[in-house]
Amino acid sequence: MIPAPFRHVIVDHLDHAIAALAEHGDDAKLMAGGQSLIPLMKLRLASPTVVLDLCRLSLGGIRLDGTELVIGAMTTYRDVARSALVREHAPLLAAAAAVVGDPQVRNRGTIGGGLAHADPAGDVPCAVLALGGALVVRGPEGERVVSADDFFVGYWTSALGGAEVLVEVRIASRAGVGWDYQKFNIRSQDWATVAVAVSGSRVALASMADRVIRATQTEQILLAGGSIDSAAEVADANTEPPADLRATADYRRHLARVLSGDALRAAAKRGVLGKDVS
Amino acid sequence: MNSESSTELLTRVSATVNGRRRAAEVEDRTLLVHFLRETLRLTGSHVGCDTSNCGACTILLDGDAVKSCTVLAVQANGREVTTVEGLSGPFDGRSAVQEGFRQCHGLQCGYCTPGMLMACTALLADNPSPTRDEVREALEGNICRCTGYQMIVDSVLWAAEHHGTQKS
Repeated sequence: MIPAPFRHVIVDHLDHAIAALAEHGDDAKLMAGGQSLIPLMKLRLASPTVVLDLCRLSLGGIRLDGTELVIGAMTTYRDVARSALVREHAPLLAAAAAVVGDPQVRNRGTIGGGLAHADPAGDVPCAVLALGGALVVRGPEGERVVSADDFFVGYWTSALGGAEVLVEVRIASRAGVGWDYQKFNIRSQDWATVAVAVSGSRVALASMADRVIRATQTEQILLAGGSIDSAAEVADANTEPPADLRATADYRRHLARVLSGDALRAAAKRGVLGKDVS
Repeated sequence: MNSESSTELLTRVSATVNGRRRAAEVEDRTLLVHFLRETLRLTGSHVGCDTSNCGACTILLDGDAVKSCTVLAVQANGREVTTVEGLSGPFDGRSAVQEGFRQCHGLQCGYCTPGMLMACTALLADNPSPTRDEVREALEGNICRCTGYQMIVDSVLWAAEHHGTQKS
């Protein structure tokens, strides 16, 4: 399979990417690691005429800003998974990044690309939602910050405007907070059939709707001091899981409940949960 | 495909492939695996699935294992590419990983083998003494439809044990 013809442009300044997006509109597509975009282009589910390659921009790197972890959008999954800073301050994110695709994908795929792609089965979107991350976006009007709660809009649709670029992700340090990531799939390189991310009092689900979503009823029970079993029992409330070749909607509901119980029990062993999170 | 190609969308790619500098004009949409196989005639990297799943096209890009069907040729510009043709070592010319696959019968039909060899080479460069589980995890991105993987894992462990040694 071969992509439709396009022009590959290496962008050497963020402003050039924003200007090019404004100029070309839907005909242009940003490329980070290309691990979702290139497969879609080969299947011709995406056929941009201009591909704006961000590889030369300084959008990588992981640092601590006060008590906030800051991860550049072009940081690869491998670097996120291995980072001592991420493992200390947002171990949930390191765990989720470590199970994206396979090693080859993690060597090239980036956290920013994965978030902007906004796949409802995405490991990193699910983890960043549970962590309550803030996504820093730059566009023609300047910079704005979108909370993870508002960033994922629908199937492969984010809150990014047509000429906006995701530049970094900010996550408040979660050291000491209970966390876990449970991903169910048949083959290890597959997308999650269902996944559950837990961070303190926040619980997020992948593959249970048209976007990654929070298990709000589960969270409320945890915050009210209810048991893990009673919280996990309602993990699928208010979800609309898809049915496909991998699972029926009912099976996904079952998985969401079981995996939530597993994740909450594991998280409770690692740190504080529910109402005890400051 | 020909009816769609446009000479306006050509870019000169220059990369070090298996230690040799190679350059050619390619269409921007050319996948790295097609550049390697069709332009450079390095047909060791295989196209198994064409959907970025099987890993038969795995090569090293600046030392990292990547699927060359999911990288554009233009993205390799100025970089170092190692394909299965670039493997060599003290085992009658074969590397420890190659020799491991020979000793432990790590292949049957051989179609996935080039990708397996490259993924395993990257693994051992990063982690010279992996556990059995670590080998299996490192091979998540490589699919074999013959072996059931047991002997592939054995082959990698053999290579880890004999890395840097001469054949006795």
